Amino acid sequence: MIISVASGKGGTGKTTVATNMAVSLGAGVQLLDCDVEEPNAHLFVSPVIEQSETVFTAVPEIDKDKCTLCRKCSDICRFNVIAIAGKTILTFPELCHSCGGCIAVCPEGAITEVGRELGLLEQGVFDAGDFVHGRMRIGEAMSPPLIKKVRERIKPGKINIIDAPPGTSCPVITAMKDTDFVLMVTEPTPFGLHDLKLAVEAVKLLGIPHGLVINRSDMGNDDVWQYARTENLPILMEIPFDRAIAEAYSRGHLMVELMPEWKGKFQELFSRIEKLSKAWENRN
Amino acid sequence: MKELVILSGKGGTGKTSLTAAFASIAESRVLCDADVDAADLHLLMDPDVRERTDFMGGNIAKIDAEKCTMCGQCIDLCRFDAISDDFVVDKINCEGCGVCVDLCPEQAIDFPVVKCGEWYISDTRFGAMVHARLGIAEENSGKLVTLVRQEAKKIAEKKQMELIITDGPPGVGCPVIASVGGATALLVVTEPTVSGLHDMLRLLELAAHFKVPCMVCVNKFDLNVEQTAAIEMLAAEKGLPFVGKIPFDPEFVKSMVLGKTILEYRQEGELSSTVKKIWERIRENL
Repeated sequence: MIISVASGKGGTGKTTVATNMAVSLGAGVQLLDCDVEEPNAHLFVSPVIEQSETVFTAVPEIDKDKCTLCRKCSDICRFNVIAIAGKTILTFPELCHSCGGCIAVCPEGAITEVGRELGLLEQGVFDAGDFVHGRMRIGEAMSPPLIKKVRERIKPGKINIIDAPPGTSCPVITAMKDTDFVLMVTEPTPFGLHDLKLAVEAVKLLGIPHGLVINRSDMGNDDVWQYARTENLPILMEIPFDRAIAEAYSRGHLMVELMPEWKGKFQELFSRIEKLSKAWENRN
Repeated sequence: MKELVILSGKGGTGKTSLTAAFASIAESRVLCDADVDAADLHLLMDPDVRERTDFMGGNIAKIDAEKCTMCGQCIDLCRFDAISDDFVVDKINCEGCGVCVDLCPEQAIDFPVVKCGEWYISDTRFGAMVHARLGIAEENSGKLVTLVRQEAKKIAEKKQMELIITDGPPGVGCPVIASVGGATALLVVTEPTVSGLHDMLRLLELAAHFKVPCMVCVNKFDLNVEQTAAIEMLAAEKGLPFVGKIPFDPEFVKSMVLGKTILEYRQEGELSSTVKKIWERIRENL
């Protein structure tokens, strides 16, 4: 089973929910941090990293001796990676989307693929199971390729919990796509609700069953509950604001360490997710 | 003309609340919301939209079933798994590279430009604002960020405004890179948490990479005063102006619920004078 934890707005508590749920479920979980621009889950579950590899995406390298400046490569490239000025051919690998078009069209076999560093993929273990995250190289613009690399580590027999990036565009879609359930974490504020609505639209577009966690549930107004009712969005958990939780978070401590009674609530959250996801499966 | 871009790395540290507060006291400014993916500044600015323009982001492949001979070449060529076995393009997976379009032996694939969002020029009670809405699940957020920043700049030039205040997106990827280039300075709004610090350090690295100067401020500082002190020291070590710290205060949420900036909600008192002082320090350093 694959659960993705998403939100729209940043800072609503995605990592808090993903890490606390993972730890509460105990052994047999895999936590995958797909917020590769700003991965934070490791700060709370302190994994022992066993394997670390630099991952790359393919970009073209042109053999200038073979190149006849026919322009077929620069014509097919929609991302302005290849430019020909006079008798010089230049590449801008940082713009490359690795589509392979240039190689497919080069009649001289003058183009080979080399790597552009996307970042680091690290895998290890923590108290509750396996851990994977990606750390995008600073200066790299495209996060989806690295998110896909993290997702390649999903273990089919396990409970895989994905901590997704914020937003509603390609990075979060890459993290949520083809998961079994999207758990959306929001806060009952105008910003939280506005961005939640966008996230719900995205999840509906992907056709994935979903439910809601309302974090800092006593700070804001009632609009999110009303919205959940009209949208038929199940509220699976509410976490009231607690200064002690916020202070513990600031030091990298989990809620369930500070208040073990929450363990049961996170286990209950998982069972509700399981039920909803099964019901969805049966319906489709 | 100067541009201050407000960023954080981590989401939810208070970028938008502070942008709105500064908007309410800055003089001669144009506002820009560069968080096109999950734009929120308009919720406090109540903009009166004057101009609405479609954002034509990129192209998406579309197979003409009548011309298609199902030869399978497009499926073999596509590196994004965007073409199904029955030759339908998955709009979400399609990267817009056009490789299938160019190499289809039957020329059966169209490549229409698609609308990826909208952008707006609006009037607000604090002057002109440029903002946008990227379509759900769309790409090209960097392009749209660049566009709204350019439009804000045009307005500032035309109206002879001295300053653009830009509310930025979270992270360090595509839309953030598009927000940083050419900015006069960044205000990094962080929080004294392990994640706030971790994400700020990555953002500072990005800013150094693009050689854009940064200032630092800490929001919700009293949640962890030791961590706040550590951030203050870190800023000093890096030679970055530390412009101030703001306590954790539920008043921010209360003002947000009313659609007001914190300085409209609390005109007097310690919180408002703290925010005003931070703005003064930003002005001195800009």
